Amino acid sequence: MGVATTDAAIVFRGASYHPAGGPLLVDSLTLEIPRGRTLVLLGRSGSGKTTTLKLMNRLLDPTAGELLVEGRPANEWDPIRLRRHMGYAIQDVGLFPHYTVERNIGILPAVEGWPSVRIRERVRELMALVGLDASLASRYPRELSGGQRQRVGVARALALDPPILLMDEPFGALDPLTRAELQGEFGRLQKRLGKTVVFVTHDLREALLLGAQVALLESGHLAGLYTPAEFLSTPDPLAAAYRSAFGAENEHSGDMPRAPGAGGGR
Amino acid sequence: MNLLDYLIAHPHEVLTLSLEHISLAGLSVGIAIVVGLPLGVAIARRPALARIVLGTVNSIHVVPSLALFGFLFAVPWIGDRAPRMAVLALSLYTLLPILRNVCAGISGVDPAVVEAGRGLGLTAGQLLMRVELPLALGVIVAGIRVAVVLAIGITTIAAAIGAGGLGELIFRGLAMVNDSLIFAGALPAALLALLADSSLGWLEGRLRERV
Repeated sequence: MGVATTDAAIVFRGASYHPAGGPLLVDSLTLEIPRGRTLVLLGRSGSGKTTTLKLMNRLLDPTAGELLVEGRPANEWDPIRLRRHMGYAIQDVGLFPHYTVERNIGILPAVEGWPSVRIRERVRELMALVGLDASLASRYPRELSGGQRQRVGVARALALDPPILLMDEPFGALDPLTRAELQGEFGRLQKRLGKTVVFVTHDLREALLLGAQVALLESGHLAGLYTPAEFLSTPDPLAAAYRSAFGAENEHSGDMPRAPGAGGGR
Repeated sequence: MNLLDYLIAHPHEVLTLSLEHISLAGLSVGIAIVVGLPLGVAIARRPALARIVLGTVNSIHVVPSLALFGFLFAVPWIGDRAPRMAVLALSLYTLLPILRNVCAGISGVDPAVVEAGRGLGLTAGQLLMRVELPLALGVIVAGIRVAVVLAIGITTIAAAIGAGGLGELIFRGLAMVNDSLIFAGALPAALLALLADSSLGWLEGRLRERV
């Protein structure tokens, strides 16, 4: 197998996930996720995008094939170390309801045994980074708006400054305005932090706005890998179906956002 | 106030028997918690195992409490002393509400919260101590509340095998057809149950409203 020398943060090599007695959820996926960029997994419900994400932090292990994280087979990583190497933010946020904002964001530093002064400093820093007012630190999740909860979720995922960030439809439950606001902010944040981001969504606009690359998934396999510009022009029928579903067919470069520097990938 | 005659005439005996009652019931529930908490945690995420364990513990309740006290005479060491038998029988009875609520409390924690915790990289122990148990605590205390009230009630029957407690006054009053003696045992037992129920109910409410 050898040591991977590519600049990929995560590499899938024919990885499949087929639970016993269940459907094939991920079908021999081969994919390289380049370091420092955002890759969007785009697909409809049940296309395997969340399962693919869970293979990356070993919430699930592939039933065939393998994947490498930082050049090392994922199954050689200690799952706890692997997960702390990757931030994780999900749609239902999963904030701890009995913890204040401050303790939610500081949970990983706390279990890592940081001194409390340093945890408090880090929490303040992260709250400022994701645009949360410091006065919210003592609030409970139920006392926050949906958008604020999502910001807390992102801050919590960033707490240990992980080089990789996994995000599963983090803005999925928000109203359109708040959603657009957070998408824009997250795009700017990502440019500043330069992390490797894997972002799951079924929303084409979100995919084109945030992704340097868009991996299109359909019933468990990779149906195409595009830059946003390529996605808008490819004759591939599935991509075309997405474009027409999102009303992007005759807009061309109209208001469909294009990622700057798009043109990598293949 | 004929009913309170005995209470007033023998305050010391009523107090001693009340304390005995409290220690029998308290020790039993204590043992049930020590056994039920880890066992409940262990079966909470294993539905098949949970069915077997809960079914087994549930079947203890089929045995009438008076008979259960009697059966324990044959058990070595335990059968030598009446309070030992009483505590074992009461622990077995009160295990069910505790076990059931630990199990229900933990499996009732929002799966998104547990998944987020796992995905962030919390170990199973950290997830249990920092997330699952605190979030299940209201439900667990509700189970302890049921167990305590149950234990205070059944402890009165333990007097039948000579384990002591307020049941002694009740059984004596029954034998002597003496109402005030029966009430001298029943009234403090009822008050203890009410007190335990309301204070644990208050605690449960406090714990649940945080979630």
